[in-house]
Amino acid sequence: MTELRTVSGPRRTMVPHGRPLWRRAVLTREGAVIGMLAVVIVVALTTVPNFDSPLTITFLLRDVAPILLIALPMTLIIITEEIDLSVASVVALSSVTVGILTRDGAPFELAMVAGVLVGAVAGTINGFLVTVVGLPSLAVTIGSLAMFRGISVGLLGTQAVTDFPEEWTSLARSNIPGTPIPSIMIAFVILAIIFGVVLHATPFGRSLYAIGLNKEAAHFSGVNVGRTKFILFVASGTVSGFAGVYFTLLYGNARGENATGMELAVIAAVLLGGVSIFGGRGALHGVIAGVLLIGTIGSALRLAGVTADIINVITGVVLVLSVVSASFLAWFHRARATARARGEKQG
Amino acid sequence: MTVPTTAAGSIAARRTALAKVGARLLSREAGVAATLILVVVFTTLQNPNFVFSPDGYRDLLLTPSILMLVAVGQAFVIITRNVDLSVGSIVGITAYLTGRLFIDIPGIPVLAVFLAGAIVGGALGLINGALVAVARVPALVITLGTLYIYRGLNVAWVGSDRINASDLPREFRSLGTEQILSIPVLTLVAVMVLIAAAWYLRNTRGGREFYAIGSDPDAADLYGLKVNRRIITAFVMSGALSGLAGVMFAARYGTVSSQAGTGWELQAIGAAVIGGVAISGGVGTVWGAAIGAFLLLTINRALPVIGIQDFWQRAVVGALIIGAIVLDRVLAVRQARKLRELRDTNND
Repeated sequence: MTELRTVSGPRRTMVPHGRPLWRRAVLTREGAVIGMLAVVIVVALTTVPNFDSPLTITFLLRDVAPILLIALPMTLIIITEEIDLSVASVVALSSVTVGILTRDGAPFELAMVAGVLVGAVAGTINGFLVTVVGLPSLAVTIGSLAMFRGISVGLLGTQAVTDFPEEWTSLARSNIPGTPIPSIMIAFVILAIIFGVVLHATPFGRSLYAIGLNKEAAHFSGVNVGRTKFILFVASGTVSGFAGVYFTLLYGNARGENATGMELAVIAAVLLGGVSIFGGRGALHGVIAGVLLIGTIGSALRLAGVTADIINVITGVVLVLSVVSASFLAWFHRARATARARGEKQG
Repeated sequence: MTVPTTAAGSIAARRTALAKVGARLLSREAGVAATLILVVVFTTLQNPNFVFSPDGYRDLLLTPSILMLVAVGQAFVIITRNVDLSVGSIVGITAYLTGRLFIDIPGIPVLAVFLAGAIVGGALGLINGALVAVARVPALVITLGTLYIYRGLNVAWVGSDRINASDLPREFRSLGTEQILSIPVLTLVAVMVLIAAAWYLRNTRGGREFYAIGSDPDAADLYGLKVNRRIITAFVMSGALSGLAGVMFAARYGTVSSQAGTGWELQAIGAAVIGGVAISGGVGTVWGAAIGAFLLLTINRALPVIGIQDFWQRAVVGALIIGAIVLDRVLAVRQARKLRELRDTNND
């Protein structure tokens, strides 16, 4: 744990040694991910046939939209050194809620609101268990992952609801007029701006980093740790509920098994985007680039005829490499700082 | 803490307090076992076939034995304050490997296949452990990655192929049905592994070091324990036991597709947590994890019998996991308060 945290120490002392501002801004973890994304896009454009078609962009963004949405609150949660493994189950729970209410003749607008609300309730349950009862979020959300998924599957069994109002499904599948960009991106950009401002420009956002670095210190500095985390879990549930409604409309079905395993994709993308699993470190633009990177690699490989299981292997390798390389870089910086300190002592 | 040296009464009070603590630790495994017995008795009263048909009795012992091995391995890892999410994928790979070995090497001894399963599983665990210990990356991230990687490689290897019961030699398949003293052979194997693991963790220096590391990794390191080596050992154990479970999976079910073992990581972690292995490390026994595995799968089998659709199984599993950790928390808080009160009264 301490390994990663000490990195910022030596690095900060290196700044006055004269690294120009642009290098400090570019040569970051986030910069590396964005650079990698650019490289992957360029390589895919030049080597993969049909990657440059507008349809590719549409399908790519449509499919990663739920992951993009859920990655926003997940980033904040992991920065406070917690985790929410139940998000994909909440997507399913919301989807099944929308499905059942629609099947039983409720107005569709009401069903959609109910889907989001169910997500908020699920997040409240997680938040209550983590902050009020004081349980580790890893254990709580492994439990609620199973429970929410079980309720979703229990409610619908092997059935699926596929009959949804045409105007809403076509809205979910529509593009921003005149562009190949899906309309859902408008919702995402609004949410991303809200989350970005909250995380990077408000005292609340700063307190998340403080909690992630040292919970006790944050508490004694006047941060209400419990309430802060509670809000994040409710936000995570609510956004997952919203993603569930979108998922239902996009694919036109509500099933208990919807979005199985999506929590892994979300967490992999967040960590790839430079958020430290030990908390206290990470930025939203890196995460967004992380999600798009995984999505683009998957989309390009699929177009190039690579099968889904190999894409999963590559996703796993990218995730492992990204954390191992961060670890290695930390070790390298530390070694260099030590060497320099030794040199100064002798000189 | 100040130690009262004069009053004999307070020493006696302290002793009873210690006895109570001991009793509570004991009661966790006992409590889960009692719940298990209750579930079995209740379900049998609803439908006697649950136990008293030959198949019912055998299945009650057999199916949980396989998960039990995985849960025991998981307990090792969780006790060192890590977690292994890749076990389900390891079960899948070794289950298919078992079938392939019998097909590709006709006449291969059954024992050799068991060994191969354990070795391949152990090697996959070694990769996990080495990445976690040497690269100092959290186990959750590493094993999340290897969950993808191992499963993906497995699917790429298996494709749409599957192992059928007819591919396996009769002597191997009979392991899934044979019994000694009316106990299935596979259950006996699993229980022997369990006893060995429990003895090792409880009585040897190496075993105790797992608890020391899980309680406080930094302190264990300062104390001079070989933290990295123990963590790697825990992951190799988890991998090897999952490998054994994979071989037993093939013997039990006969058919193996590329999705064998999917989702077992949650079942194994759930079993360990229900059995009292704390996710924050340093607490719990493999007995607890083993009984937890039996409780989980027995409830799964009991639900349809008492008229609840088996779609609800996972909801029950989730509720059990959350219930177990809430219970642990309540007991821990109460115990801490009692000890504090005891100290305060002693100091007066």
